[in-house]
Amino acid sequence: MDDLRYMEMPVDQDTKISASNVQIYYGDNQAIKDVNVEIADKTVTAFIGPSGCGKSTFLRCLNRMNDTIDICRVEGTIKIDGDDIYDNAVDPVQLRAKVGMVFQKPNPFPKSIYDNVAYGPKVHGLAKSKADLDVIVEKALRRGAIWDEVKDRLHAPGTGLSGGQQQRLCIARAVATEPEVLLMDEPCSALDPIATAQVEELIDELRQSYSLVIVTHSMQQAARVSQRTAFFHLGNLVEFGDTSQIFTNPQDSRTESYITGRIG
Amino acid sequence: MSGIVLLLIVLGLGALAFILARGKALSSVGGDQRALHSRPHYYGFSASILTIAPAVALMVVWGFGQSTLVQSSVAELIPASAIAEGQTVGLLMGDVQRIANGLDTAVAEGALSSDAAATLSTGADDIRGILGSVGVALGADVDPAILKAAQSYRAMQSSGATLRMIAVIGVALLGLTYGFMQTSATYRARNSVERSMRWTLIAAASVAVFTTLGIVFSVIFNTIEFFQLYPAKDFFLSLTWSPSFGGGSELGVFPLLWGTLYISLIALMVAVPTGLFSAIYLSEYASPKVRAFAKPLLEVLAGIPTIVYGLFALLTVGPLLVNVFGDGGILGVNWMQGGTAVMTAGLVMGIMLIPFVSSLSDDIINAVPQALRDGSLGLGATPSETIRQVVIPAALPGIVGAILLAASRAIGETMIVVLGAGAAARLSMNPFDAMTTVTAKIVSQLTGDADFASPEALVAFALAMTLFVITLGLNVIALGIVRKYREQYE
Repeated sequence: MDDLRYMEMPVDQDTKISASNVQIYYGDNQAIKDVNVEIADKTVTAFIGPSGCGKSTFLRCLNRMNDTIDICRVEGTIKIDGDDIYDNAVDPVQLRAKVGMVFQKPNPFPKSIYDNVAYGPKVHGLAKSKADLDVIVEKALRRGAIWDEVKDRLHAPGTGLSGGQQQRLCIARAVATEPEVLLMDEPCSALDPIATAQVEELIDELRQSYSLVIVTHSMQQAARVSQRTAFFHLGNLVEFGDTSQIFTNPQDSRTESYITGRIG
Repeated sequence: MSGIVLLLIVLGLGALAFILARGKALSSVGGDQRALHSRPHYYGFSASILTIAPAVALMVVWGFGQSTLVQSSVAELIPASAIAEGQTVGLLMGDVQRIANGLDTAVAEGALSSDAAATLSTGADDIRGILGSVGVALGADVDPAILKAAQSYRAMQSSGATLRMIAVIGVALLGLTYGFMQTSATYRARNSVERSMRWTLIAAASVAVFTTLGIVFSVIFNTIEFFQLYPAKDFFLSLTWSPSFGGGSELGVFPLLWGTLYISLIALMVAVPTGLFSAIYLSEYASPKVRAFAKPLLEVLAGIPTIVYGLFALLTVGPLLVNVFGDGGILGVNWMQGGTAVMTAGLVMGIMLIPFVSSLSDDIINAVPQALRDGSLGLGATPSETIRQVVIPAALPGIVGAILLAASRAIGETMIVVLGAGAAARLSMNPFDAMTTVTAKIVSQLTGDADFASPEALVAFALAMTLFVITLGLNVIALGIVRKYREQYE
């Protein structure tokens, strides 16, 4: 485990997202029970836990993607920069422009690479001219660490790229709208080890500018990329703390069982 | 002996073959199923198929062969003198068959003995009276030559039937014996049953293919006949459609094609936006409850017979449009002379096509992966931006396919046009004029008293061919588009 980089990264950033007493229900089923968590700015926070523990559900609540599911109900407060995102005055569309999301399976639109990245800026009117848009697209593709691979075929379909390239394209697409928070739902689970390494490297770079939240099944990945880790189990937030502390000195016996592979 | 009884005998033999072969297979291994190559009932089916299939095939072939053979040999019996002016052998053969069937009925009802039926003569017996008494009415007294022909027809048919029975039962017995003989523990009965299953399915599939080919060829041959009577150049290029059954017609397809395309265009202008929007509503916005209620309701529209739409056009939509666009109407314009018009037919046809477009589009929109919607919503796009810029482009090939299929329905539609669009073939830009279409004219050219060999009747086939080529072209394009872009989002 010499690829663990967590030791070098102390965390003392401002709080970006704070959730208190969050309960999430699917119909009569309670998926998340009384979760309190504070997510820091310019930090990678990892959510780990066994399948079905609610970590993806909680992640999707942070930009109200669960609104598209009719039977989903959220209680408690989630604040971003001190504003309650479930307040009636908040438009989920605006919120999602601020809180971007990258999904488990790469989902490029059936459009060209350029149009994929330009989609968000166009929707939000971020570019005043075609030249502006070109600049935004190039910048986003560079930050997505995919510019060199696609700069000669910006007008080829995005669906023609390899899986790893598609995922980096999706990250570039999310970055292009200049979000403040980037949520990633198992971004590497459909990728091979080389593509995973590229995406992880990218996540580490993005930390300079964003607050990142990543859901992952891989504990090595959580250890490699994150500074803070939250362990979910059966809808409860069992333990939340610095990644180094969670992986070396877990306070809860369930956390210890999970990271040593006894429950899963 | 009738065909039904014969068929039952063959089926009975088949059942017997099943029992025998299954029993033999089981007894050959002393009742231990696992020592057999296949499960016991496969041996039964295998023998059963060998018994039934060739026998039934022979029955069918014999049926066609015998009637053709008997017809042609009886036709030779009719002397040329018996063929009156203006009649053909074909018409007389109809009489022969009627009398022969009448004699059969008379024998069956006991009005005649079977010997008497074979020896009747026009001089001695009142054939018209006898046949009339059993319910077979004849128009005139029977010509002796015709009666003679009818009697030999009966004789040939009956000896043919006896021969057929012997042959068919013989073949069935042969099959049964062969099937029984080859049954043994190592015989691959399962493979043989699977093979016959495959051939059955191939036969079913060929029915559709060969019927299509048959239809196409019959239309092609009649079209060729038409073009021998009427120059193709005039048919395709003339701007006038004025058939007159006395001869000297002008049969230009252009005004009809214009009417067809104009009406279809209006229909699509109604159906495509409405259908597409309702599909988008149903698949993207409607709650499951609304969807479960509204979708079947919309599809009921597709089940309404087109003649009912025609009535709706004639009785409701037409007068309504006249009230608006006609003389003294609400708008004060005098664009519309009567209720039947391109607009009437087009609007109603558009309504007919709505479920067609919406149902197909709904399926296609639903097939767009949720991940694409999530991706777009996750970037902060609104639902309608997502639909306009991601979902519809992804579903577009399928939607175009649906629209083209709807277009071929519109082009082929008949009843709405007959009732709603009028009968005048005319070239006009005014959508409130009465016009007519290719399909409506096919109906009117073939349902008159016209001589079938005249260009005025045969033109129907040329029209049908034109229509066929157009709709086939549209379908091919639709399939091509759907196939080319099908995997775009995968």
